[in-house]
Amino acid sequence: MKPLAITHHTLVTALGHGREATFAALREGRTGLARRGFETADIGSWLGVVDGLDGMAWREDLTAYDCRNNRLAELALRTDGFAGAVRAAAARWGAQRIGVFLGTSTSGILQTEVAYRHRSPDGALPESLHYGQTHNTASVARYVRAALGLTGPACVVSTACSSSAKVYAAAQRLVHLGLVDAAVVGGVDSLCMTTLYGFKALELTSGEICRPWDAARAGLSIGEAAAFALLEREGGERPARAMGWLLGAGESSDGHHMSSPHPQGAGAALAMRAALAHAGLRPEQVDYLNLHGTGTPGNDAAEDQAVCAVFGSSLPCSSTKGYTGHTLGAAGGVEASIALLALQHGLAPPSLNLQQQDPALHAGLLRESLQRPLKVVLSNSFGFGGSNASLVFGAAH
Amino acid sequence: MSTHTNTLSADILGVGLLGPGLVDWASGAALLREPALWLPAATVVPPPQRLPATERRRAGAVVKASIVVADQALAASGLSAATLATVFSSSSGEPTNCHALCEALAAPERMVSPTRFTNSVHNAPGGYWHIAAHSMAPSTSLAAFDGSFAAGLLEAMAQVATTQAPVLLVVADVPYPAPLAAKRPTADAFGLALLLAPGNQLSLALAADAAATACGHEGLDALRLGVPAARALPLLQALARGGPAVITVEGLPGMSLQVHLQSTPP
Repeated sequence: MKPLAITHHTLVTALGHGREATFAALREGRTGLARRGFETADIGSWLGVVDGLDGMAWREDLTAYDCRNNRLAELALRTDGFAGAVRAAAARWGAQRIGVFLGTSTSGILQTEVAYRHRSPDGALPESLHYGQTHNTASVARYVRAALGLTGPACVVSTACSSSAKVYAAAQRLVHLGLVDAAVVGGVDSLCMTTLYGFKALELTSGEICRPWDAARAGLSIGEAAAFALLEREGGERPARAMGWLLGAGESSDGHHMSSPHPQGAGAALAMRAALAHAGLRPEQVDYLNLHGTGTPGNDAAEDQAVCAVFGSSLPCSSTKGYTGHTLGAAGGVEASIALLALQHGLAPPSLNLQQQDPALHAGLLRESLQRPLKVVLSNSFGFGGSNASLVFGAAH
Repeated sequence: MSTHTNTLSADILGVGLLGPGLVDWASGAALLREPALWLPAATVVPPPQRLPATERRRAGAVVKASIVVADQALAASGLSAATLATVFSSSSGEPTNCHALCEALAAPERMVSPTRFTNSVHNAPGGYWHIAAHSMAPSTSLAAFDGSFAAGLLEAMAQVATTQAPVLLVVADVPYPAPLAAKRPTADAFGLALLLAPGNQLSLALAADAAATACGHEGLDALRLGVPAARALPLLQALARGGPAVITVEGLPGMSLQVHLQSTPP
């Protein structure tokens, strides 16, 4: 594919608000995870919670959209001047020529979960629950589109934990075909009861902080996040400068099991190979791989086989889930931003909490940060239902 | 400001349909041509033969409806499900499963069924389809509230244009049980599938907010407005009549799809 310019990006995670706070934590090897509860839940695990969501001023005409998930989105729009960059793009291209494609898994379902605790004697939900603007899967795309005053095509991609990687592929297609000139992409997923108790029921969470690739890894740490990027085609008046490039995207299905990956990572390998082919790159041209790396025994084992099948065991790799937690539907967007930061600063962050690499796993996990100019970074995102997506990013210059 | 008016085009190789009084496309097409003959009885979602027996029993209504219409669209084409990319779209996903999870999470014990949690992902229909079809082809799952059909059609047509290969579009919605039903009223279960391939039978362009094409029949139009997936009805009617037609499909506020259908033998 023809490289597509990424003219702005931002993220809010448990590491903090914005690119600078995120990069500082990655450089220092500092986690944002903490052993804590959330709302009325304590599942005895480490969580990546985003601070600063309470007491946010909210636009009166969008009151019905007020919920934790859309607050996360709004916080990210206000971070690193992202909303301003989109408004400038809208002035260049026209509000109807900018698409909004966002990933989420559980959207604002927390509103409904809490509302179910307050049903009236006849079972009805409280008046205050605005289902369409909060709980519904598409609510975050509708909110962001409305908040930014955009009128182009918009939707949510919801394929569990690959959601916000796949939006890059969808947006790239529409820009390439000339249906839109630019797109706001990314992912937003907030903590809720469904995911906390659901992953616990599947025995995929751990009492310990997540330890991707470690011999003693015992499960994932759940986090929440919002991440956005602005993709723009070349040309037009006063073009924005690229902060990085989308070079390729690969998508595949496992066709194997709803909640377990293909044991040899066949679908994951297919997605990585498709992404490389799309970018017109050979495996040895990739400088760093940001793993999906959730820290569950099965996921890491499958991904390791896939990575080694495509790249061998010498490619520098790390999972950044030990910093942010697994932000589920936002993970692809968060790790796209981390890939862009790695390219910008020439720093691939080490994998946290890796005490002893599982001897059965052979990928080249980074224990120390790798500091050298990086040209190409690949990022993996895999989800329930056997949904796989790999993205290839290139440095600005 | 850009003045692009780019369009996407595709042929339709197969259609699947399920809705109130609409058992399948073969019999439903005649009713869409002559709505006076249509008797709107409650939708019956049949067990999808493609799923193994245990999953056929356990699967939720939106998974079943999606797989049933997908297989209808695929049946006459001779194409293999094992190599076919898919686009699934739904406004609400699996409502009964969602209600059961919310009830469990409101109870003091918060005992969540791991199967219910696994099945709560919006891409459950796509996941079950690709597992049953032994397919490693790409699949996506979209949501755009009342514009979910438009979003699915746009994504599927963009994939056909990009890959120059067939894509199976599946759109389905089923009603929430109480109490969520009061928050998101949905008339009945409705699903459709379009098997799209490179060609010129159908073309699509983005348009500014324009009045959506109606069904020209009171009952069908109530269905169109009563279920997000049924926003496809005017296009299905035009297909049943063999075109030609120009149809405006409801998107999100400020945006709609302008769809041109060429004349084809019925």
